[in-house]
Amino acid sequence: MEKINLICIECPMGCNLEVIKHKDIEVKGNKCKRGKDYALKEIENPKRVLTTTVILKNSYLKRLPVRSEGEIPKSLLFECIDYLNKIEVEAPVKMGQVIVENILNTGINIIASRSAEKLP
Amino acid sequence: MQYDLVVIGGGPAGLAAAIEAKENGIDKILLIERDRELGGILQQCIHNGFGLHIFKQQLTGPEYAERFINILKEKNIEYITNTMVLDITDKKEVYILNEKLGYKKINAKAVILAMGCRERTRGAISIPGFRPSGIFTAGTAQRFLNIEGYMVGKKVVILGSGDIGLIMARRLTLEGAKVIAVVEIMPYSTGLTRNIVQCLKDFNIPLLFEHTVIDIKGKSRVEGVVVAKVDENKNPIKGTEIYYECDTLLLSVGLIPENELSKKAGVIIDKRTSGPFVTESMETNIEGIFACGNVVHVHDLVDYVTLEAKRAGKAAAKYIKGTLRRDGVKIITINGKGIRYVVPQIININNSKEVTLFFRVDNIYKDCKLEVRLNEKVIKSIKKDKVTPGEMETINIDFSKLDIKQDDKLFVEVKE
Repeated sequence: MEKINLICIECPMGCNLEVIKHKDIEVKGNKCKRGKDYALKEIENPKRVLTTTVILKNSYLKRLPVRSEGEIPKSLLFECIDYLNKIEVEAPVKMGQVIVENILNTGINIIASRSAEKLP
Repeated sequence: MQYDLVVIGGGPAGLAAAIEAKENGIDKILLIERDRELGGILQQCIHNGFGLHIFKQQLTGPEYAERFINILKEKNIEYITNTMVLDITDKKEVYILNEKLGYKKINAKAVILAMGCRERTRGAISIPGFRPSGIFTAGTAQRFLNIEGYMVGKKVVILGSGDIGLIMARRLTLEGAKVIAVVEIMPYSTGLTRNIVQCLKDFNIPLLFEHTVIDIKGKSRVEGVVVAKVDENKNPIKGTEIYYECDTLLLSVGLIPENELSKKAGVIIDKRTSGPFVTESMETNIEGIFACGNVVHVHDLVDYVTLEAKRAGKAAAKYIKGTLRRDGVKIITINGKGIRYVVPQIININNSKEVTLFFRVDNIYKDCKLEVRLNEKVIKSIKKDKVTPGEMETINIDFSKLDIKQDDKLFVEVKE
């Protein structure tokens, strides 16, 4: 039997979770269902939403904030950032617009976090 | 220029207040923003975690802002950017300055103060040493990186474990900087627990409690900082000094509500919050001048700013229509044992039978109760596994079944 202590990051509550591995995996300390899901995922394959910026052309903004539409494996965060630091986007951009499709074959799209009008 | 309502500040508080006032039947509204665009500090907070309470999903700062900006535009609420408010009087005259209009006086029936807060700087915490480049407040570094596209440094020490400091530790790490340590003078973090996990633990960034920066080395650029352990009086302990070589020091050492304008209008500031004394309607001591968001007290979640701003917008609309009640019994809220402050400070139950109290504890307490007393009588008691000064607490009080008399006192306390 193995015990792992985690702190849930699904919401600002920050529940202290205790994960006990017998034949099954038992999660204690979570105040909602998301806590259990988080713990299971965190043990198997930790994932995070990635937020960063990409170069924006033809706008008064120099950077466009972007995020991953879903979670990507934690181990790929730096590779994704390197990839995105080479991307250039041209205004106009709409919030939610796909900037990179299926980044590094994760099945996850990178989308714009805001709209940006083009320069007049 | 004449408006029913002037809202000062186009961040989350100003946006929600203006929209709520419009939805409550006020048409002539002007929202004034000093930056080039609306959204306030949300525009540089590109990380996610906003909107869990209001939208039941995790949005980034710009997404949260854009949702409200879009509603503001759909509702044809007038706004001006690149505009400074220079003065407000107790007669609700607002003096503004911008390139297009020059210097103008605006008369308003009601004003909502939503100017937010600003960061404490090195001067505010008096770190000795040279004054080289490479010392930034965490928010300034965030703006440089996320909006202007400049990297602020390669080897970074962060003083203060407030949320912005934690978020910047992760952001700089992802962008290739080495964050050597986050140094916190208190024995606990003032940031959200989830941020300690996902910003520091995820990247193995050490967090040193009860430590502070006592010297900054370097003449033209930061070359290093000296960190020392502090005793219970926050004085550095001799012999505990550690030298960290770094080129950048970020300060995340607290936020101060920005109330210079409020004071000019005669608004009285509560020393506990550094923001105006407000009623259940978010009205200040000056009739028709309301306040909401971080200008009243520093929030940790934007969702609560939005809720508070809606309260202000709705009440301002009532005031303009002449239906905000002034008669009736008023009670005052008091921060009892273990509580740093309570907002609102004054409650007129004629205006609202149900009031949400926002408050902060003064230390970490485990397995405690948060208790609300009306004079001697306990009217609400909530069990808590853990409360921390970094996380604002809220309690709803229903006054409809309570027997309230003038000048009754509502105490909020921590019971261990």
